[in-house]
Amino acid sequence: MANSEQEILAGLAEIVSEETGLPTDSVLPEKSFTDDLDIDSLSMMTIVTLAEEKFEVRIPDDEVKNLVTVGDAVSFIAKAQA
Amino acid sequence: MTRPTLTQATGAAHSRILGIGAARGENVVTNDDIAGPINSSDEWIQQRTGIITRRRAGADVDVLDLSEAAARQAIAAAGLTGADIDAVILSTVTYFEQTPAGAAVLADRLGATPAAAYDISAACAGYCYGIGQADALVRSGAARHVLVIGAEKMSEFIDPTDRSISFLLGDGAGAAVVGPSDFAGIGPTIWGSDGSRAKAVGQTHGWTELRDNPALGWPTLRQDGQSVFKWAAFEMPKIAQQALDAAGVTADQIQAFVPHQANMRIIDQMAKQLHLPASVVIGRDIADTGNTSSASIPLATDRLLQEGAVKSGDLALQIGFGAGLVYAAQVVVLP
Repeated sequence: MANSEQEILAGLAEIVSEETGLPTDSVLPEKSFTDDLDIDSLSMMTIVTLAEEKFEVRIPDDEVKNLVTVGDAVSFIAKAQA
Repeated sequence: MTRPTLTQATGAAHSRILGIGAARGENVVTNDDIAGPINSSDEWIQQRTGIITRRRAGADVDVLDLSEAAARQAIAAAGLTGADIDAVILSTVTYFEQTPAGAAVLADRLGATPAAAYDISAACAGYCYGIGQADALVRSGAARHVLVIGAEKMSEFIDPTDRSISFLLGDGAGAAVVGPSDFAGIGPTIWGSDGSRAKAVGQTHGWTELRDNPALGWPTLRQDGQSVFKWAAFEMPKIAQQALDAAGVTADQIQAFVPHQANMRIIDQMAKQLHLPASVVIGRDIADTGNTSSASIPLATDRLLQEGAVKSGDLALQIGFGAGLVYAAQVVVLP
């Protein structure tokens, strides 16, 4: 079932918070996973995998480097669900 | 003339690990020792890998020396001598002679001649591949006492400037003797491969490429760390669960989880995915041994036994996974 971008953001924020301990309200579309949220490459793969399960989409490994900001990930998931 | 009826071998009803042994490279290599060429730091390496130090062997020690030391311990722990061993399976990717197999040389050193002896190439899954084969050999009657060794001198296979895998690697050997048992001591082996992902982790270039273009230099290991992490941390727990199911036990009935010591972050995520109860001890030998590929599971197991974290008769779930991609898992009764 397709989620709205708002629902995807909220779900992604929960995953990021669970992995990093950051509050969910700090996970905003304009934030960079690496530079703003200080998420390393292995945590990023954990977040991607959990997002795949939660939103029932496939995010290819080669695509992960293009997901620079939280908004990039939200858009990718929304498109993959469409 | 009618064809005569052949006799086929029959073996023991059950098998188990009778003894285990371990040998680590004698030199302690700190993160500070290796951080310079990869422009890194002790903090970064610990945070990414959980490794504080790794053990590496000296120039005069090779993979067969490490193997012999671990094997002698395992044979003694099993209450046997070399002459009692009738098959030797050496799992290694760092014995740099194409032929003959290191296992035959090792068998001779151990006084196990004329034991059947062969090497297997299953990278970090090699020990569990070997235990699976040993179990089958004993129960089929092809052998009575099988020596399985996972041994690596990974320091021969590293590029000090490589940030993908070299800094993880250590040297060591772990050995187990598998023999007949009056109870089921080795659960079914769940094993497999995915050669479509051969490039995810492995050698930079082959020996013939080196011959044709010496400028390539000595091959070393490389990995796509993110891809391998995702596969190991999230796909391998499913294989481990299959091994539990096949053995007919649940996570709360085992005492130890001993995954290949690839990276502490992978170990932590695997344990999380498997929903292991707090009572299950987790092998974390990587912290001061490093990633020793096929040696890592028996090294971690031996350490848990030596430190008293587990005892003889306890159940351990073990899983190896690595270059191939290949994987193997089984539940074993600890010796």
